[in-house]
Amino acid sequence: MTSTVTSWGSRRRGSSARPSVRERTRRLPRGLHPGAWWLWAIGVAVAASRTTNPLLLALMLAVVSVVVVVRRSDAPWARAYRLYLVLGAVIIVLRVVLHITVGFKYGDHVLLRLPEVPLPEWAAGIQVGGTVYLEGLLGAFFQGLRLATLIACIGAANALANPKRLLRALPGALHEIGVAFVVSLTVAPQLADSVHRVRRARRLRGDNVRGVRAVGRIALPVLQDALDRSILLAAAMDSRGYGRGVQASPRIRRTSGALVLTGLTATCIGTFGLLDAQSPTVLGVPALLTGLVLAAAGLWVGGLRVRRSTYRPDPWRAPEWATAASGLAATAAMLIVGYTDPSALTAPLQPLAAPALSLVATAGILAAGLAAIVSPAPQTTTSPAPVWVSRSGTERTPERRPQ
Amino acid sequence: MSPAIVFQQVSITYPDAPRPALTAVDLAVDEGELCLVVGRTGSGKSTLLGAVNGLVPHFTGGTLAGSVRVLGRDTREHRPRDLADVVGVVGQNPLAGFVTDTVEEELAYGMEQLALAPDVMRKRVEETLDLLGLADLRHRPLRDLSGGQQQRVAIGSVLTTHPRVLVLDEPTSALDPTAAEEVLATITRLVHDLGVTVLLAEHRIERVLQYADHLVHLSPDGRVEAGPPAELMATSSVAPPVVELGRLAGWTPLPLSVRDARRRAAPLRDRLRSSTPGPGGRPPVSDAGAAALRSRGIVVRYGDVVAVRDVDLTLRAGEVTALMGRNGSGKSSLLWALQGSGRRDRGHVAVVAGGATPDAVDKGGLDPSTLDPARGRRLVGLVPQEPGDLLYLDSVTGECERADHESGDIAGTCARLLERIAPGIDPGQHPRDLSEGQRLSLVLAVQLSADPAVLLLDEPTRGLDYGAKRRLRDVVHELADRGRAVLLSTHDVEFVADTADRVVVMADGEVVADGPTADVIVSSPAFAPQVAKILAPQPWLTVRDVRAALAGPTAISETLP
Repeated sequence: MTSTVTSWGSRRRGSSARPSVRERTRRLPRGLHPGAWWLWAIGVAVAASRTTNPLLLALMLAVVSVVVVVRRSDAPWARAYRLYLVLGAVIIVLRVVLHITVGFKYGDHVLLRLPEVPLPEWAAGIQVGGTVYLEGLLGAFFQGLRLATLIACIGAANALANPKRLLRALPGALHEIGVAFVVSLTVAPQLADSVHRVRRARRLRGDNVRGVRAVGRIALPVLQDALDRSILLAAAMDSRGYGRGVQASPRIRRTSGALVLTGLTATCIGTFGLLDAQSPTVLGVPALLTGLVLAAAGLWVGGLRVRRSTYRPDPWRAPEWATAASGLAATAAMLIVGYTDPSALTAPLQPLAAPALSLVATAGILAAGLAAIVSPAPQTTTSPAPVWVSRSGTERTPERRPQ
Repeated sequence: MSPAIVFQQVSITYPDAPRPALTAVDLAVDEGELCLVVGRTGSGKSTLLGAVNGLVPHFTGGTLAGSVRVLGRDTREHRPRDLADVVGVVGQNPLAGFVTDTVEEELAYGMEQLALAPDVMRKRVEETLDLLGLADLRHRPLRDLSGGQQQRVAIGSVLTTHPRVLVLDEPTSALDPTAAEEVLATITRLVHDLGVTVLLAEHRIERVLQYADHLVHLSPDGRVEAGPPAELMATSSVAPPVVELGRLAGWTPLPLSVRDARRRAAPLRDRLRSSTPGPGGRPPVSDAGAAALRSRGIVVRYGDVVAVRDVDLTLRAGEVTALMGRNGSGKSSLLWALQGSGRRDRGHVAVVAGGATPDAVDKGGLDPSTLDPARGRRLVGLVPQEPGDLLYLDSVTGECERADHESGDIAGTCARLLERIAPGIDPGQHPRDLSEGQRLSLVLAVQLSADPAVLLLDEPTRGLDYGAKRRLRDVVHELADRGRAVLLSTHDVEFVADTADRVVVMADGEVVADGPTADVIVSSPAFAPQVAKILAPQPWLTVRDVRAALAGPTAISETLP
């Protein structure tokens, strides 16, 4: 037996007992199930949508950013979080500018006196120009901040979860959509190559036409190229068994379709009810849950006709549960505060006062930050050595080990 | 042993085709055989291969008469996807057939479709990574791999489903000699160790012939002969140099490998000892010959990657230069940089012949990249790797007229050139319906209509059969005889031996060898042509040279032992 490479290897080989699940899942770097990250992010996003309290929103932004920084991998999509933050800042600025130019102004503390354009009666709620008050400006800023926090949550999910692995985790009934998406992702760079090649080739013929006329001359060979390639790809997929496991009976297809459609409609209504604090309680969580159950049942029925397996499916273990729960804790805290002490979720503007910091809400948001601890460390893709020890979970034959 | 593949009276006719692509084919390939399919371009090789897993006619359309059975399954009742567990198909262009984008996922794709259990998939992916030497590449994006690596991934991706029949359509056509050896070694290992039945089509027969157990020869008229390689090669319409040399020397049975031929060649070497190889019928170009293109310090870089590293290259009028080197060594980048439409980060190119005016020559020549494309192509013409990119009109005539207009020639110049290069092309045809060789000829005619002083050809022999390569050689020689400089980049050592006066070898963006063809390629294990290997240490390169020497003044009788 050759010497071991990492401490993991030696420990596991040394003890004959199987390591506990806790040890396995906590110690080894691995990618968390993308669905867990999305649930976590949605949990925080829903929490953000319920409040305009700047303290709570700032806390959420901080918590989300910390989790992203601690748990993102070195993959290209992981660097996108910064872009979402920039987008959020742009949204805040835009919201404030809109308030100053066309927003309805209110409050007591005058900041700025702008000339006002008189508008007819039916345009109430829009005010072009006019005096800007501190209260109205702050209100607009807080609303912008809420939207920016939502965007940051989506960005966090994108940065933390490999978008393609999320597609692989789709239920069997949606497999075709996932394949189409992955194929189109690979086609885009090929198309760019093709355009580049044909443009170069045009110049070889001394053709220096630019503008609209060039489009036709380049588009034709590029389209032919794309068509050829898609035919080759379709032939290759057919030869490799794509579509072989599908035994579609019309009855199952109809049942599945009806279930999914009804379920999605109910989910939409439920989501609306949950986000809109004014709507009746029955339109919130109950409708959402019913919709999700119906849609899941539809996908399950649809998946019955598909016989296919997934290579290295992402496991759903304790860290996944914990991560998802920590995000949902933020939502739960907001819902509780919303029932017991709704005023703690809004910033008091009239009269202007310092926003309150509810203990329950703060605890809920901080709980979402636990995701940075309960989730496993991401694995790096650039250094291959630790990857095969940690990811395979099985030991390789000694002679294959690098010395 | 029962046959793995059985064709019974198979005729395949595509819609709107004047005649069947295959006529009454009877064929049986036994299990564990490596069966090589050869024939001229357009003789139906791809059709035959496609029929094995039912892509023809299920996918391509057309009518199939007779029956094709693979391990007892009739393609009439089984669609390609239903045969995916027994037949693996690898196409010419591996990148076009990839469904996912990393090595590991691509290897698993076929198994996912067959609904294999996750632990089985896991094990087979690891086994396949090791079998094909891909373990270090497992997480790499497929697009970043070299051609040879991509081809190995493509083979691996069908091997994971453990097919018992493997169908490969020109698996080495885009590869340099070393990468091709690598892929072929993998294939023979599968045949010998795992008992996989392999059906393989190839234009460069010299690479594969020695490994074949069974040969299928498709005649241009749609007939099919099958049998032991040595017997069929005696009369085959396409033959590698080793076979041609064997035919010339009258060896029976014909040797198929360099080793076999070398053991028979001692008497021939004795006969040839007294004569020296001629220059292949072409007078040597003296070193002092007029330089047509001078380049100094060419650098091409893409981000951090330096594709061409400080290359000096001079092309002389009347000389044919071959540019060789492994995939990704910077050959294409250099050609594009010399032509002027490609990227060039540093260095000078000066064309001192042809369209350059006398005062431009005094100043050291014209740089084609500083001219507008229409004038640049009169100095340096380039036929790119995908000649079809240059064509966009819907008929051959249209392309020719357009070329005359672009070059400012009198009408009909391009059509006349095309008639000389490749006689008998129907002018009304759509350029896409032409064969590889015909399309190359059309693009060559289009580029030659500008009468450039320097012609650059990027991988011109891809997909050409031996006849088409001979015609290309004659065209290139004629150009050189008219005082043009020709630079062609290629992996085809036999074509280089037959065509080039001088060989430049690139590695890692640098020129590592530059000299007369015989000096550079005879001693190289990878680049030496078959004839050179057989007749070493005598420096013969081609069967043509040997034939000329045998028929020459020494008048050796035709009856060699």
